[in-house]
Amino acid sequence: MAGRIRIRAQQKGDVTEVKALMRHPMETGQRKDQAGEPIPAHFIEEVTVTHNDTVVMHGYWGAAVSANPFLGLRFDGGVAGDTVSVAWIDNKGETGNGKTTIR
Amino acid sequence: MKPMMSGLTAMLAATLTMVVGAEQGVFDEYRAMMGDDNPAIFVIDEGEEYWFEPAGPNQVTFEQCDLGLGAGVVEGAYAQLPRYFSDADQVMDLEARLVFCMVELQGRTREQIHAKPYSLRGDLGTEMEALVVWIAEQSSGTAVAPAQDHPKERAMYSLGERLFYYRAGPHDFSCATCHGQADKRIRLQALANLSTHEGAAEAYTTWPAYRNSEGLVRTMGWRMRDCFRQQRLPELIMGSEASVALQMFLAVNAAGADMAVPGLKR
Amino acid sequence: MLKHLLIAWFLVTPVSGLANSAADSLIDSMTAKNQATMDRLQQDEVQRLCSKSRAEEGGSDALAATREQAMKRIEYPIDGQYLGDWASGAKVASNGRGLQYSDDPEAPNGGNCYACHQLDPREVAFGTLGPSLTGYGARGQSEPVIKYTWVKLWNTHAYNICSHMPRFGAQGILTEQQLKDVMAYLLDPDSPVNQPIDVLNE
Repeated sequence: MAGRIRIRAQQKGDVTEVKALMRHPMETGQRKDQAGEPIPAHFIEEVTVTHNDTVVMHGYWGAAVSANPFLGLRFDGGVAGDTVSVAWIDNKGETGNGKTTIR
Repeated sequence: MKPMMSGLTAMLAATLTMVVGAEQGVFDEYRAMMGDDNPAIFVIDEGEEYWFEPAGPNQVTFEQCDLGLGAGVVEGAYAQLPRYFSDADQVMDLEARLVFCMVELQGRTREQIHAKPYSLRGDLGTEMEALVVWIAEQSSGTAVAPAQDHPKERAMYSLGERLFYYRAGPHDFSCATCHGQADKRIRLQALANLSTHEGAAEAYTTWPAYRNSEGLVRTMGWRMRDCFRQQRLPELIMGSEASVALQMFLAVNAAGADMAVPGLKR
Repeated sequence: MLKHLLIAWFLVTPVSGLANSAADSLIDSMTAKNQATMDRLQQDEVQRLCSKSRAEEGGSDALAATREQAMKRIEYPIDGQYLGDWASGAKVASNGRGLQYSDDPEAPNGGNCYACHQLDPREVAFGTLGPSLTGYGARGQSEPVIKYTWVKLWNTHAYNICSHMPRFGAQGILTEQQLKDVMAYLLDPDSPVNQPIDVLNE
């Protein structure tokens, strides 16, 4: 369950449209639990989207992104059958990744 | 001093009202930014896979499952439910009908299916949720038109109405307690008046929905189950008579409005 | 012809023969879970009387009689003390848990007052199903005010039959001490409910 990314990549004319849903609590570190104790920060720090072997997007995220981030982007130069992968690493060093074929 | 203070208090009251109003506006802005995007798309894909995958001891797909428009016909099916099915001699909502197909076509047992129909927090989704949202999405844009021809269909509406006003449990809550008036909210959550066409349409056309707070797709049947939990009542069985009756009540009240699923909710 | 007559008769007979009553339907459609047992579906007199649509609500002898019964059965604190601690009352007012099958039966129940009411003017997240109670303490602490407030909390139907506010005392939702603490939250001049927002300093 942890680290799983669901991805969809569709070729629309010249543009590849990618949508990805990541499972992550994206805890800001500001919240407190029922007992009043702070819940430790736990959020994705970097996300990378790769088309075949080329990085098409590299993002620095943080506490401002909400839980279970939903990412959408478009890039050109792709064709049906190519591979799109998404990978993230969080502030604890945990990672997630997934890949799909462009349809 | 006094007039200045009351002026400032008035300003503050206005600001607080704006904050509360802004809550609603902020979510509307968020919805507008999302456009047609909805994380439910992934669950919809899974629903399609389940429909065409042989399952149960009989290793049969859902392609012979009749949702009211003929075996295997999914487009527009959600919008005409709940309805009477002669093969079961019962009025059924979508979940009840899917259970029927799982048992009759695929040879699965009710115990297996009812063991875990809905996700728990932290889950990735259940088969039932995926099937419901895939099927419902194929009614998006279609007008809600539940059948009211058969006497049992009309009886279901009548039962649903009585259930809507049925007060019970330690808090004496009925559905009407929260959903019987317009323009009210519980904490900051706006409440639709489900006894009117407008309110019922607002609610019924936007479930199943992706719930941001849970990261899960939830169905109308699940939403009713969770309402009953919050009303301090026992657990509503998926596809049960009360579930069908209340969905019939909502669907008939909402009739004519177009389905807009999957919804997107907090 | 006969068939048409039968169908016509069938259509005009009361539908109750075709489907369960609401109570029976719920019994068939639900299953007990944790502390939410099936006996909760049985209606008492107030619930039965008040399970009507707004169109059907209206004055009647049964309503008046039930309201009087509710008033007669109010339980007042034996020690004659009505006001507890407002800080504890604030917690009761904010706590929305208790008696659900997802709740710990050992944990104290909340009153969930903010679900329906505005109280402390600094709290933005309040509901509007009930009237605002901000500044409630302005009416002072005379005996009639104390008694009225206690009765409203214990069993609102004693004044307002078929109100949708829960019967916090009569249904055992809150303990006597919790009710006293909520009384203080409402009536104590030091309670934030009765402190206007200091616009210059807050």
